[in-house]
Amino acid sequence: MSKLPDKERALGMYQRMSLIRKYEERIYYLFLEGIMPGTIHQSTGQEACAVGMLYDLRTDDHMASTHRPAGHDLAKGVSLKSMMCEMFGKDEGCCRGKGGAMHTGDIEVGALVANAIVGGNLPIAAGVALAYKMQKKDNVIVCFFGDGATNEGAFHESMNAAAIWKLPVIYVCENNLYSATTSIAITCNMQNPAADRAVAYAIPSEIVDGNDVLKVNEAATRAIKRARSGEGPTIIELKTYRHGGHSRNDACQYRPKDEEKHWFDHDPVKNFRDYLITNKLATEEEVEKIDNNIEADIDEAVEYAQHAPFPQIESALTDVYWEGK
Amino acid sequence: MALLSIADALKSAIAEEMRRDPLVFCLGEDEDIPGGMGGAFTVTKGLGDEFGYERVLNTPISEIMLAGVCVGSAMMGMRPVADLQYGDFLFCMMDQLVNQAAKMCYMSGGKVHVPMVMRAPCGASNRGAQHAQSLEGFFTHVPGLKVICPSTAYDAKGLMKQAIRDDNPVLVFEHKLLYGSKRKEKDAISTVTEVPEDDYVIEFGKAAIRREGKDITIVANLLMNYKALEAAQILEQEGISCEVIDPRTLVPFDYDTVVASLEKTGRLMIVHEDNYNCGWGAQLGSWIAEHHIFLLDAPIVRVAAYDVPIPFSPVLENYVIPSKERIVEEARKLMKV
Repeated sequence: MSKLPDKERALGMYQRMSLIRKYEERIYYLFLEGIMPGTIHQSTGQEACAVGMLYDLRTDDHMASTHRPAGHDLAKGVSLKSMMCEMFGKDEGCCRGKGGAMHTGDIEVGALVANAIVGGNLPIAAGVALAYKMQKKDNVIVCFFGDGATNEGAFHESMNAAAIWKLPVIYVCENNLYSATTSIAITCNMQNPAADRAVAYAIPSEIVDGNDVLKVNEAATRAIKRARSGEGPTIIELKTYRHGGHSRNDACQYRPKDEEKHWFDHDPVKNFRDYLITNKLATEEEVEKIDNNIEADIDEAVEYAQHAPFPQIESALTDVYWEGK
Repeated sequence: MALLSIADALKSAIAEEMRRDPLVFCLGEDEDIPGGMGGAFTVTKGLGDEFGYERVLNTPISEIMLAGVCVGSAMMGMRPVADLQYGDFLFCMMDQLVNQAAKMCYMSGGKVHVPMVMRAPCGASNRGAQHAQSLEGFFTHVPGLKVICPSTAYDAKGLMKQAIRDDNPVLVFEHKLLYGSKRKEKDAISTVTEVPEDDYVIEFGKAAIRREGKDITIVANLLMNYKALEAAQILEQEGISCEVIDPRTLVPFDYDTVVASLEKTGRLMIVHEDNYNCGWGAQLGSWIAEHHIFLLDAPIVRVAAYDVPIPFSPVLENYVIPSKERIVEEARKLMKV
């Protein structure tokens, strides 16, 4: 059992998890209504991974995300309004409408532009960590990737570099069992595609229940301590499950129903909510109030984003090269 | 002034920038192993002595990682100068260059930038098809990258210093036969010239007129600029006067200098070692045709490597790569139009 967190901390974590859940649900709804352009890769079901890993990062620490970035971004502190504006392709979006659902991020709060090339963020995170080291900073970067990314060459090259240079990077595999629609069991001969490979690089690894935010957070705390004190990288493999399909057109017909039931019953948000109440860290009313406030914030963000102006068309031709601040 | 080859000029540019700015560092395979080569062509040899091996980083043979580490560290304010040994290995890092480095500034809405330099030795030199390509044209097609190709020691120093100070990803194509380094290459051209020892930079997008003339404008880069100059000497004896322009940087490209020259000559020949189909000459030729066709008295001629992989046998390689004889021949034909 995890040590009981203090109330403020527990509610802080719950607030972020609930925000991610409700944000993703609203995005899904906006898509079904046909209001929102583009595509979506949702993180519903993986909230504990994002919040557990990122809760204790400082704003000047960094996070590198994937094509499924919303949870990571919200957990790192990218503003809800700028996320929603980006989803609608608006000028006030976190990438000024030039990124979209797979590239959200905001360097001001340490969220790198999310990376939609599987494994593409792994060597970049090593580079960020190398910069910390060269600049003698005690920062760390958390780099997320899916189970499928462990089969990329970029994975091997990045782990090796992180190991030889003892880089302050935490590589976090969110193993949700599927690379798009393909079971990881078909494409990898290991039970734990990231953690089992760690020994090949002499990098310490942990395998953690990715749907238990406190367990994730404990692993994060250990890895952050290692990284900040110059001991080098850690690989953390989080076992988790996405509630929806890979992307907007995926009805998930390839997943066994009993497997889905097992994981849906082990819902990270609902379980943590129950945990808070059972352990008297919060009352029903307090949790409800948090949820209601989030709903109101999301209502406001959607309303704001829908009415926000699109970018000036001419802006499509800017930012190809850096134009200074 | 100091007498420097291109390899030495690049080395002093990198060293001077590393002295000036603690955020500049260099990295690559065999970058500077004591007793090793200093890259494949001696450019970074000895830098570890002065700057230490934390700023002169010997990397694993991992091109994806090499480029990715440049992108990540550059976004954090560092100024990496990476050495690829052979430009052909650029294809191993394509995702990091094209999907990552080139697009980060844009995708972030201008919030981040990637000031990195990727050095890519290029050109055929009897090494076979996978250590021979001239890929500079390939990368001009990618918005977000800058592409430069210094062909003299003076330019090498000034352009490299500018590349390191540029806030965007810059690919530097360095021709193997122009390094003038101690490891003698067959058919190498000595590039040893007087180079100022003080600090100077050469602005990107400024072509150099290497020879003035009035009949034909020849635009040629890297080794081909030297071949064009040799051809121009021969042609002069036949009464054909060639103006030889070195574009020096391909992105950005100095069209103005070419146009000004065509106002005199009315005839355009483009020479590159890159192969014919969609080489950078295709862009220059079509741009001139699109915007200045009435300056032309004759069709545009492109002299380029044939559209084949570079063969090994010296006889075959010489045939595939444009020679001064081919340039002379094409120039004679052009004057008869």
